[in-house]
Amino acid sequence: MSRVRIQYLGIKEINGPLIVLDGVKNAHFDEMADIVLDSGETRHGRIIRLDGEKAVIQMFEGTNDMSLTGSRTSFTGKPMQLDLSEEILGRVFDGAGRPIDGLGPVYCDKKADINGAAINPVARRYPNDFICTGISSIDMLMTLIRGQKLPIFSGSGIPHDRLAVQIATGAGIKSGDSGDFAIVFAAMGVKNDVADFFRREFKASGSGTNLVMFLNLANDPIIERIVTPRCALTAAEYLAFEKGKQVLVIMTDISAYAEALRELSASKGEIPARKGFPGYLYSDFASLYERAGMIKGKEGSVTLIPILTMPNDDITHPIPDLTGYITEGQIVLDRTLSQNGIYPPVSVLPSLSRLMKDGIGEGFTREDHASLSNQLFAAYARVADARALASVIGEEELSDTDKAYIEFGREFEAKFINQPVGERRSIEQTLDLGWQLLTLLPKEELSRVSGELIDKYLPKKAGE
Amino acid sequence: MDVIYSINGPVVTVKNSKSFAMLEMVYVGNLRLIGEVIMLSQQQTTIQVYEDTAGLAVGEPVTGSGGPLCALLGPGIISNIFDGIERPLKALNEKSGAFLDRGVSCDNLDTERLWDVKILVGAGDSVSEGQIFAQTPENEGIMHKSMIPPGISGKVISAAGDGSYNILTPLITVEDKKGIKHEIALAQKWPIKYTRPSSERLSACEPLVTGQRVIDTLFPIAKGGAAAVPGSFGTGKTMVQHQIAKWSDADIIVYIGCGERGNEMTQVLEEFSELRDPKTGRALTERTVMIANTSNMPVAAREASIYTGVTLAEYYRDMGYHVAIMADSTSRWAEALREISGRLEEMPAEEGFPSYLPSRLSKFYERAGYVQTLSGKKGSVTIIGAVSPQGGDFSEPVTQNTKRFIRCFWALDRELAYSRHYPAINWITSYTEYFDELREWYGQNVCADFESVRSRIIGILLEENRLMEIVKLIGEDVLPEDQKLIIVTAKAIRQGFLQQNAMHDTDTYVPLEKQYDMMKLILDLYDKAMSLVKQGIPLSRISQTGVFDAVMRVKFEIKNDELEKFGSLTQELSAKLENLEESYR
Repeated sequence: MSRVRIQYLGIKEINGPLIVLDGVKNAHFDEMADIVLDSGETRHGRIIRLDGEKAVIQMFEGTNDMSLTGSRTSFTGKPMQLDLSEEILGRVFDGAGRPIDGLGPVYCDKKADINGAAINPVARRYPNDFICTGISSIDMLMTLIRGQKLPIFSGSGIPHDRLAVQIATGAGIKSGDSGDFAIVFAAMGVKNDVADFFRREFKASGSGTNLVMFLNLANDPIIERIVTPRCALTAAEYLAFEKGKQVLVIMTDISAYAEALRELSASKGEIPARKGFPGYLYSDFASLYERAGMIKGKEGSVTLIPILTMPNDDITHPIPDLTGYITEGQIVLDRTLSQNGIYPPVSVLPSLSRLMKDGIGEGFTREDHASLSNQLFAAYARVADARALASVIGEEELSDTDKAYIEFGREFEAKFINQPVGERRSIEQTLDLGWQLLTLLPKEELSRVSGELIDKYLPKKAGE
Repeated sequence: MDVIYSINGPVVTVKNSKSFAMLEMVYVGNLRLIGEVIMLSQQQTTIQVYEDTAGLAVGEPVTGSGGPLCALLGPGIISNIFDGIERPLKALNEKSGAFLDRGVSCDNLDTERLWDVKILVGAGDSVSEGQIFAQTPENEGIMHKSMIPPGISGKVISAAGDGSYNILTPLITVEDKKGIKHEIALAQKWPIKYTRPSSERLSACEPLVTGQRVIDTLFPIAKGGAAAVPGSFGTGKTMVQHQIAKWSDADIIVYIGCGERGNEMTQVLEEFSELRDPKTGRALTERTVMIANTSNMPVAAREASIYTGVTLAEYYRDMGYHVAIMADSTSRWAEALREISGRLEEMPAEEGFPSYLPSRLSKFYERAGYVQTLSGKKGSVTIIGAVSPQGGDFSEPVTQNTKRFIRCFWALDRELAYSRHYPAINWITSYTEYFDELREWYGQNVCADFESVRSRIIGILLEENRLMEIVKLIGEDVLPEDQKLIIVTAKAIRQGFLQQNAMHDTDTYVPLEKQYDMMKLILDLYDKAMSLVKQGIPLSRISQTGVFDAVMRVKFEIKNDELEKFGSLTQELSAKLENLEESYR
C-alpha cells in the first residue's frame, strides 16, 4: 500500500530521548516514525503521546546531533514490527531487531507487531512437563517446567550467567531431537564480555544453529533496550507457536531494562512510584513475562528465564519484588555460598517453583519427590535456626538434635547444592542423594515424609 | 461529532464536548474500543479506555452509549469465564483465536441459548422491585431466579407462559404507577460501580466454613464478612484463595483474577472442572464464575474487573444465595488506579497512589454483607481480598488502608513459607473480629466447649511464642520441664494442626468436627503429660512414647469420615502415658 507520506520539517522540542513535533495530522498512537537528519542519517522513533497536533516521539538511536531545524520526519503508519522466518535461527540482531552479523537482512515469512497480544487465559495449556536440568538443587527443590517463567535473582559478581547457560544446555539435552529446540537470547544493557560469553558457550554446546541473539549492550541506546525483550519474545512466540519449537528465552539483565524504563519515564515527566520507577513497572514487566506459556492445540512452548541483578542484593527492591509477583517462582543466588566456593550458589529457602507441584511425582519424576523436597526444605529451614543459636551459645552447647541439623546443613551444602559444572545428575541420582542426606537426622524429625516412603527409600544405617 | 484530541496510553481526551456524562460508557475510535468517562470539564472530557490504544489517531470519533458501564445479568453466568468488563473469554477464543484481539464485539452472555423458564407471576398480579418472577435451572445445582429489576414495580399486564426462551425475549410486561410499561426479560443490566439494593443488612451469624483448620478454628470469617490475605510473593496467597474457593460452603464462588498470572486462571479452570464440591458432589465449576484480567491485559479493565465481580456476586445474593468472592489481587487493582491517576497527572498521596485510594477500597469492601434481599430471602456476599504488599512490607498504603475496612486479617509470613509451613498464616499477627458474633454458632453446631478449647490452643501458641524469645537467646535445654512441654505441644499444634497439606486427599479439606476432635486430642495429651511432668517424669521419656509424633500424623491417618477412631486413639495414647506413669511408681 503506497500512501503519500507527509514529511514534517523541523522539530519543536528535544528533551533527552524524546522529541516533540507540532502540526502533525493523522498520526496514530504507537506508530513508528522515520527521521532523516541533516547529515542524511535515518533514525527511528515511536509515538508515545498525541496531544492535538502535537506528537511526542521517543528516539531509538538517541537524540545526539539532532537540531530543531533540518530534520525531516515521516510516519510509517505501522507499529514496530519484526521480520520473521525460520532463517532467524543462528542469526545475531541488535536490540531493535536489525541484523548485525553481516549476513544481510532476513527473508521474511511474516511481520509481527513486537508488542504482541495477551494470550486468552482460556486458550492457555497448563504447563506440567518436567524439564531435567541436571542440577540437583533446581531439579529437586524448584523444578523447572516447560512453559514456565522462572527468573534468576542474582547480584553482580555471582556466576548467574554460567548457571543460565547450564540450565539452557541441560534442558536442551532432555528434549532429545535438537531440531525442536531453540534458544532465544536477549541481552539488555550487559557488557560485551557477557554477551560474548553466552555466544561462546552456546556454540561450544552445539546449540549455535538453534540460537537467536538480540544484543543491546551497555553502551547502546536505552530506548532500544526497551524494545529488545519484546523483539526477543516476538521471535520466541513465532518459533514456538507457529513452528512448533520448544523455545527457551534467556533475558539478561532485567535490572538494566527497568532502569532504562525509569530513565524514559523521567524524561516524559511522569509521576514516579517507588525508588523513582514508574507506577506501571508491574504492568510493563507483566507484558514481557506473561508472554511465556503454552497454548492449547499448539506443539511449542515458550519457557522464560530472566536474569536480574538485585541492587545491593536486596530482594525487596522493586525490580525483584515486582518480578517475583509475576513469575512462577524464582531461583535466588546467594553471595555467601558463592564466596564459600559453592556452585551453583542457590539459596534454597527463598527459591521456589510454583508450577512444580503439578509436574513432579509419580508419572513425572518419582512418587517421593514432593514429600522429599518438602522435608529437605523444612530441615534446611531448621538448620538456619540451629546456626543462629550456635552463633550465640556456641556449637558445643547445642542439643544433639540441633547438632545433627548443623551437620546436615554442612553436608547438604557441600554435597547436594554444590555440584561440579560438568556433572549432570539424573533425577533419580538427585532424589537418592536427598535421602542419603536425611540419614544424618534422627528419624522422628522426618515429619514431612510418610512411614512407607521412609521404609522404601531411606538408606538403612549400619546395624538397623 | 466528538473526536479524539489527545492520546496518552489508556487515557484519551475529547475537547469542548458537552455530550457526555460522568462514568458514561463510550466507544472510542474507528475500532469502537470500550472506554469510560472519568473526568469532565467545560473544555475537556477525559476517558479511560479498557483496551490497548495502539493505532488510534487524533480525530477519530468518540460516541457515547447513553449510560454507565453495565454488567449483563442473567442465566449463563455460572461456569463462565469473563474478562474485566464481562466479555466472555471462551467466546472470544472461538472468535479471534488464542491471542486477544481488540474491538471484537461479542455478546456478554449467550443470547441464542434457550432456557426452560417457569413463570411465577400472572397478568393482574402486582409486583415490586426485586421480586422473583421467573426461574430456570442454570445447571443441575443452581436455580436461577429472575427478579424484577430494582426501580420497577407495578401491575403485570401480560405474562408469557412456561416454555423455552432466550435471555432477551420479553417475558412479562409491568405497568408502573405512572402508566409506563416495562418489558422484562431474563437478562437485565446493572451499572457495575453501584451497589445493588437490598431491604436490610443483617448482622453476621454464621461462619464461612472453609475446611482449612487455621482459618475455621483460629481466625474464622463470617458469611457476609470481609477478609484480607496479605503476603509477599511465594507465601501462598493464591493457594489460600484457591483452597477457599474449592472447599468453602458458599453456594457460589466468584473468582476474580485481577492483574495476576494467566497460568493461575488456567489452573483454576482445569482443576475446578475435575474437583467435586463436598456438599453437593457436583463439579466445582458448576458453582464458580471467573473473572480473568491477567497482568498483561489492559490496565483500565483491571480496575473494572473488581466491580464486575462484585456486581455478579450481588446479583446471585439477591436470589438468596451465599456468594464468596476471591479477589486476587487487590494490590494490582490499586496499581491500576495509580497508573491511571498518574496519566491524569493528579497529585499523588503515599507512594504515588492517588489520595482516593482509601475511599475506593472502602466502597469495594463495603459491598460485602449478609442481607435480607428485596424478595425477603437471606443472602450474603463474602469478600476475601489478597493483598500483595511491595517487598512484603505491611506498612505500605494498600495493606494499611485495607486493614481499616476488613475485620479478618490472615497475615502470611515469609519465614513460615520458607520452611514450607502452609498455609503460612501467622497465628500471632493475624486476627479476626468475627469470633464474638460466631461464638454461639460454634457452640450450637460443633460443640458446646468449642470456644474454651480454641482459647486454650491459642494460649499454648502465645506462650510458646514468648518462650521462643528466651530459647533463641540461651537454648532450649535450660528451660524447666513444664515449659519444655509447652514448646513440644505447640510444635504438635503447629505441625499437626495448623499445617495443612493442600495436595493431600484427606488433609485438603477437614470438617469442623474433625478439627474439634484434633484440638481436643492434643489438649487431652497435654493435660496428661503435664501431670506426669509435675510428678517429676522427664519430658524426654514422655516424648519417647511417640505420643506427639502420633498426634502429628492424625491429620493424614484418620480419614474425614472415620471420626469415631479418635476415641480409640485417645485411649491408646493415654494408655502409653499411663504405662509410663506406672513404671515410675
